[in-house]
Amino acid sequence: MPAENLVEISDLNFSYGKHPILKGINMNIPRGKLVAIMGLSGCGKTTTLRLIGGSIRPTTGSVKVAGKEVGGLDTEDLYTMRRKMGMLFQFGALFTDLSVYENVAFQMREHTDLPETVIRDLVMMKLHAVGLLGAHGLMPSELSGGMARRVALARAIALDPMLMMYDEPFAGLDPISLAVIGNLIRRLNDALGATSILVTHDIQESLKIVDYVYFMADGVVVAEGTADEIKASRLPFVHQFVWGESDGPVSFHYPSAPYREDLLLELAHGA
Amino acid sequence: MAHRKVGFGLRGIGHAVVNGVGRLGYASRFFLMILIGSGASFRRIHLTIREIYFTGVMSLIIILVSGLFVGMVLGLQGYETLQKYGSESALGSLVALSLVRELGPVLAALLFASRAGSAITAEIGLMKATEQIAAMEMMAVDPISRVVAPRFWAGVTSMPLLAAMFSAVGVFGGYLVGVVFIGVDVGSFWSQMEAAVDFRQDIVNGVIKSVVFGIAVTAIALFEGYDAPPTAEGVSHATTRTVVTSALVVLGLDFILTVFMFRGV
Repeated sequence: MPAENLVEISDLNFSYGKHPILKGINMNIPRGKLVAIMGLSGCGKTTTLRLIGGSIRPTTGSVKVAGKEVGGLDTEDLYTMRRKMGMLFQFGALFTDLSVYENVAFQMREHTDLPETVIRDLVMMKLHAVGLLGAHGLMPSELSGGMARRVALARAIALDPMLMMYDEPFAGLDPISLAVIGNLIRRLNDALGATSILVTHDIQESLKIVDYVYFMADGVVVAEGTADEIKASRLPFVHQFVWGESDGPVSFHYPSAPYREDLLLELAHGA
Repeated sequence: MAHRKVGFGLRGIGHAVVNGVGRLGYASRFFLMILIGSGASFRRIHLTIREIYFTGVMSLIIILVSGLFVGMVLGLQGYETLQKYGSESALGSLVALSLVRELGPVLAALLFASRAGSAITAEIGLMKATEQIAAMEMMAVDPISRVVAPRFWAGVTSMPLLAAMFSAVGVFGGYLVGVVFIGVDVGSFWSQMEAAVDFRQDIVNGVIKSVVFGIAVTAIALFEGYDAPPTAEGVSHATTRTVVTSALVVLGLDFILTVFMFRGV
């Protein structure tokens, strides 16, 4: 039923100039669920996220969030919608001139008239939720990669968004930080009653926490299903991706002329 | 073969002109957006005051030290020339007029572009490269109002104050060399200066010049930072462009303003 979906994407096409990135994709993100979009680098995952956030507009097709066509919104309506969205960027994107406390308080100061005491309580609550209550006085340059990601997460949930978007939240993290972030994403989604979209290529961690997965390749959705269905999939691309095989439908080699021809050419030049 | 080379050359020139005009249009639109988004800079004045500290106060040392040395050199060179005509008593007016009309606004603007302009470009370029600008947009906060406009007004406010301080310290440098070290009569140094410098003609015009330079340098620095490709190389090129473009624009504007302000004086 359409009302159950917070995000609905249908026949979505997007191109940079003449270069097509997305080719007619369809996705539904049900309310309250944590949905992953997976695929190789450059397959169009982040572009899809940017289209949902309204940073770019579709070439053709539709992206609806809470029933509203994102591409048709003017700046004011788009900003109104974004107040109900939170986004965790790949490396946190913390404001480097503000402390951890000020980073988390940023949206509250910008969008509300809450008194300072209330802001303080809310900031501490959010930092407590990500386990960094004691780090409120630190600057972003004093944080490890995992801590920065958690602070960014606290900042993203500052105004209790209805839709959370995660862009490669596991990139460059050690195994412990990775597990911590993974658990936080799941816990916060359930605690806030939010809907989350997780763009990642970290298959092992994400399959532990997500409700549903869309697999993308070359700008199209090639597979979808629950975590168990994806693990059991016999589709060659999904199998190669899930089990991390070096060869398969995605070739190890970048397209080139046959190596033998190249060698013969070198020999001919040498002679 | 020769006409192909000419064809390539013409195409290159055409490409550069089209790019240049497009960039100029984009810069004008950006400037207009700064003006439109300036409301927050005045409503939340602490944002602008914070930037005045970074662009203005942090530039004080380089401005004051440079002003002192420029004034001392002016005193020395001026004395050497004036004494040949027996006019060393006019040293005060020479130092003051040179500084207030030209050297103060121009050199302070060039130093401001090197110190504060490059810092603004690098900061905004890096904010873009590290997705801080994108994060702000995703939080429904307009980066032009929140980041760019306060820096613009901070630059426009700081520039005339820095130029005035440059000139004041320069006059003191000229006094040190001319009066204290060389021995020019202290009374004639100050009285000649007082008689020669006209408030409306010299001081106000000097301030107008420094305001115009402040607008130009800060707008260039902000635009280059905001337009920089989000890579280390992109930010590096943008920072260089800020200093070079600002220097050329300041010198060009100085000529134009001087023609209008001091023609026939």
